[in-house]
This record gives sequence, structure tokens and C-alpha cells, in this order.
Amino acid sequence: MGLRAYVVTRVLLTIPMVMLLLTLVFLIIRVMPGDPVLLHFEKRADEQAMAQMRARLGLDKPLVNQYFEYLFKLFQGDLGQSMQDYSSVSEQIFSAFPATLELAISSMTLATVIGVLLGVRSSKSYDKPIDHAIRTFGIVTYAIPVFFLGMILQLTLGIWLRNVGSPFYFPTGQRISPRTTAPAGLTLNLGSPSDIASPLSWAFVLGLIALVLTLIMVFKRRMKMFPKGLLISLCVFAAVWGVGTVVFWHYASSGGIRIATGLYTIDSLLEGNLEKTAEVLKYLFLPSLSLGLVLCGIFVRITRNNMLETLRSDYVTAAKARGLKDRTVTYTYAFRNAFLPVLTMMGLQFALLLGGAVLTETTFSWPGLGRYIVERINFRDYTAIQGAVVVFGLFVTLVSLAVDLLYAYFDPRIRL
Amino acid sequence: MSEMTKKVHSMLVRFVPGVRSLLDRGSAGWMILVGTIIVVSMIAMTLLGPFIAPHNPVAPGVGPRLSSPSSAFPLGTTRLGEDMLSRVLTGGGIMLQVAGLSALICFAIGVPIGLFSSYVGGKVDKILSLIMDSIYAFPGLVLAIALAAMLGRGVVSISVAISVVYIPSYFRIVRSQVLTIKELQYTAAAEAAGARWHTIIFSHILPNVIPSIVVVASVNFADAILTAAGLTFVGLGVEVDVPDWGRDLTNGRQVLGSGAWWVITFPGLMIILLAFGFTLVAEGLSELTSPKLMK
Repeated sequence: MGLRAYVVTRVLLTIPMVMLLLTLVFLIIRVMPGDPVLLHFEKRADEQAMAQMRARLGLDKPLVNQYFEYLFKLFQGDLGQSMQDYSSVSEQIFSAFPATLELAISSMTLATVIGVLLGVRSSKSYDKPIDHAIRTFGIVTYAIPVFFLGMILQLTLGIWLRNVGSPFYFPTGQRISPRTTAPAGLTLNLGSPSDIASPLSWAFVLGLIALVLTLIMVFKRRMKMFPKGLLISLCVFAAVWGVGTVVFWHYASSGGIRIATGLYTIDSLLEGNLEKTAEVLKYLFLPSLSLGLVLCGIFVRITRNNMLETLRSDYVTAAKARGLKDRTVTYTYAFRNAFLPVLTMMGLQFALLLGGAVLTETTFSWPGLGRYIVERINFRDYTAIQGAVVVFGLFVTLVSLAVDLLYAYFDPRIRL
Repeated sequence: MSEMTKKVHSMLVRFVPGVRSLLDRGSAGWMILVGTIIVVSMIAMTLLGPFIAPHNPVAPGVGPRLSSPSSAFPLGTTRLGEDMLSRVLTGGGIMLQVAGLSALICFAIGVPIGLFSSYVGGKVDKILSLIMDSIYAFPGLVLAIALAAMLGRGVVSISVAISVVYIPSYFRIVRSQVLTIKELQYTAAAEAAGARWHTIIFSHILPNVIPSIVVVASVNFADAILTAAGLTFVGLGVEVDVPDWGRDLTNGRQVLGSGAWWVITFPGLMIILLAFGFTLVAEGLSELTSPKLMK
């Protein structure tokens, strides 16, 4: 199987997985004992109010109809209405999601870096005290509830540091101080709508970039530069310039393009406000560290075990014999081959990470998807819970798909 | 081995029957021993807790509100003036019950489905595997939260919520083991001798799958304890009038700002110790059952 065939099969296999997932969530919320509407009112509402809510949310229809309606709306990106105030669940989830994504990325990075460094260190002092210490640390991290670690970090690096009057302490909640405005990202001012010159010139720059890229590609593929390569490049340039002008002009008439990711670190950088970036990182540090430390154990173990194997292999011995530096041998020679299992593990750990993120977000009042779920549980808002659970599931499915594809790219044996 | 470990080793071998064979297996044996000691003493503490606790763990106002550890209240008091020491001594009950019950449910459902699916094979096996895989890939805690939110409070519903998350682990391990064992000659011999399918499954295959199930179960004990603590933390735990370490952490979060470290530290350490005990047993057992890792 070539790479392309593998990619197609893997992507196609995702479809039944997603369908099963959606069905599972539907079954849990709608079919399991416990009527969401009844649970929402906690038995103290009158029949009329309940009937009204059922009708408004479409919960009075037969289950099969509900199921297909749910799927149909979902494919349009509609996750239904909240039971609390009939507001759109999709909108709320859309605004909460970047916070969770940012937390997930930074804690996964921390977990991998800490885990890999400790694992390499452990494998280099095999069966010595430091090896045992690191392994024990790895096992202990499995047993720590992430919210407990989070609270201990809040207490020590946040509250106590502040109470002893230290000028530097970590904030214990939220993504950013309430006095600072959230980073807005980059706004491209494209000039006034009456003026066509500005969109024209912006698009011209974009066209030039496309031209250079195309030329490089032509060169790399060893195509004939004249006349075919040159012709293609010019066509690309013209197309990008033309389409770009139209698009930019459209945006210029609506006040410019706003580039914002919702990830505060990136948005503050785009804004060019380094002070804000520092603040955002300060707020991000404690939640990411708690989640990262709790997850790093598995990376310690998998790095250590794989490094032990590769460090014993002939090519590493040969590299050492040639007198290469220890660091070079460890990281450039041995670690490269020990990294693939780490990559797989990153994908597998992602589901665990999202579970941990729910607890971390609750601990740190982090306004993400996890805290959204917990908040909605308190309101007994089952339609919102359903929506959030669906999004969590889809997120994990996408990540595992991406990891599998990356793995196939790095390791040709997979697609054989 | 150092002098100290040698001494401990010889004492253990002399006084505890059956421990010699365990300790002869290197680090795995030690892990199992230490883990078992931790777990057994935690269970004993929880069982004896109500009798040795100095105060009623759920009676508010037995001491001053939120006082730090003192001679009268060695582990301090909560916001309501409950005695922390009594709460720590008695607070493991819910978690142990949930862990035990969910392991039972997982075993009772996951193992038969796994045996059935892999023995029958074909389309049934494919569909069941796909369902199990999609549950397995789901973020466990999120699924447990959704289930627990629907099922309501109580030990049983929490256990069921946790079981659903972990049944696929049992299913997968049973299935992969059976697929290997099915190909072995003695199974073929039993078939050739005319043994019926249930004889083959229950007397020829199941006994050989049990060791791997025990490993999965011990891993799941630790996971179930942490998941139960997590569910309590997000407000899906059991009733308020039962002492519970998870609930202490939830309450402790609200008074964290005043620097009251004792409300979270002691119950938190207890949860870690209990989960660590189970993890040690699990690690040791998995090392014992997979000879590849043994040095």
C-alpha cells in the first residue's frame, strides 16, 4: 500500500468511528434511564412547562426522528439549543474551544519535553539510583489527581508567594487579568472601500509570493523552465493577484481583515504586544504544568525503554567508537529512533489529556470546554452537555487521525 | 542488595509464609509486596476508621472553624469545623467501594463479551471491536461525567459510569489473548477430541486469560479511584453526609485562597497513596506476566 492508499483508507475508517461516537453520545443522553427534561426541572415543575420545553427543543418527537434530526443538524454545525436559556450551544462551544486547545497544546508540549528529558537521563544511568528515582517519579505521577497537584501549585507558587510579599507569583485562575483586554489578534487595514489601489497592491504582494513558490516547485520537480514552467508560474501569479484583489476589496469594504486564533499566546504576538504575551504565559504556566506533570510519566517510561534498546544497538556503539560527543550520540543518533513510539503515545495520551483538562480547567477557572461542561452540569443543561461531549469526541478522533497520518509519513513500514 | 534490604528480606521470608517465592522474582516481587501492604493497610484503616476516629467525621462544629493543625486537632479542621483527622481516617470508603464495584461490573461484562466476540469471530467480532474501540478512544473522564450526570448520585451509578469507560480495556485484552490461544495446539486437540465450545472456552481458554485480566483489573483499580475523585470534584459525587477524600478536595478548593493547606493536603495524599499502591501492584504483576521485560 502506498502512502496515498493508506491515507485514503485511514480517512475512510474515521467515518464509521465518528458515526458510532455520535450515536453513543445520543444514546447516553436521550435513551438511558433519566429523561433530560425531567432531570432538568428536578421534578418540581408543572407538566405544562416541561411539555413546552420538550416542544421547543424537539424532544417530544419519536426517538428515531430525534436521532436523524440531531445528525442532520450536526453536519450543519448546529449542536442544538441550551436548556437553560435556549441560546445556541455551538456558539458557546466555539468561544470556549480555543482556551482548551491552548491548554492542551502547552501541557502536551510540557509533558513530552519533561518526559523525554527524564527518560533519556534515566536510560543513560541504567539501574543506578537516579534511574530508580526517575522511574519511581514516573509511577507516582500516575497516581496523582491532576486537580490536587493543581491546587498544591496554586497554593505554593501562587498564594504563598503572594502572601510573603514576593513581587513575582503565578496567578491562580483565568486566562488573563480582568484589567487587561483579551488580545485581539492582527487587524489588516486595507484602506477605504472607495480606493481600489490598496487591495490591488496587497494582492500584488501575495501574487509575487505565489510566483516565487511556484518557480521553486517547478525547479524542484525538474520541469522544463521554458516555456511550460514560466507559463504556469505567470498563470498562478495572475490568478492570485486577481482573486486576491476581489477578496481584499470585499474585506476592505467591511473594515479590514481580522486574524485571530483565539489562542491568547498567538493573538498577543500577532498584536505585537509582548507585555501581554508575558502575562498570558504567566497565566498559562500553572495549569499547563499541573497537567503536563501528571501526563509525563508515560513518556518517561516509553522514552527510557526505547532508549535502552537503541543505546545497545550497533550503530550507536559505532558512533561512540568514532569518538563523537556523548550528547550528539544520545540525541542525534539514538533518540531519533526512539522518538516514533513517543509520537504514537502523544496521540494515545490525547484522550487522557482532555479528560485531565476538564479537571484542570475547573481547578484554575480556565474558561474552556471542560469548565463549560462542569458549569452546565450544575444547571442540568443536558443539551449543552451533549454538544460539548460530541465536540470532545470529534477533537480526539481528528487528533488520532492526524497522528496516524504523521506516523505513516515518518515510518514507511506502516504503509507497507 | 544493600545490608538494609537484605535484613528486611530475611525477616520477611522468616515471618510471612509464601513471600519467599515472590521476593525471588526481583523488583516485580518487591513492587507487588509494597503495593499490597499499602492497599491492605488503607482498606484496614477505612474499615477501622469509624472506631478509632476521635470525632464524628461529619459533625460540624466539633472544633473551631478552619483551624490549622494543633494538638487538639492534629490535621486541622474544615470550614464547618469538622475534624480533619477523623475525615481522613474514614474518607476512603466511597472510593474503595466504587473501585471494587466497577471492577466487578467490568469483569462481569467485559470478559464474557471478549470471549464471545473472539471465539465467534467474523462480522460479530468486527462490529463489537469497532464499538469497543470507539468507546476506548473517547476521553474517559468526559464520558464518565456525561454518564454520571444522567445516572444521578450514588455509589452504584458512579461505578456504572466508570465501568462503561473501562469495559473496552477488558474486552481488548481478553480478545487479543484468546486470538493467540485459539491457535495453540492444545485447543485444536480439545476440539479434535470433540469437546463442546463451552468446555473449550471455560476450561481451556479462560484459565490462561486470567493472569492478563488480573493485570488490567489492578490498573483499573487505580484509574477508578482517580476517576471517582474527579467525578466528585466536578460535583457528581455521592451524598454530602458521607466523609470522602474527593469531597474534601472540592471543599478545600473554596478555602484555598486563605492559605488553608491542611484541608486538601491530607486527603489528597491519601488518594495518591491508595492509587500508588494499586499502581505498584499493577506494575509488578505486568512485569511478572510479561517475561520479555524481566531482566
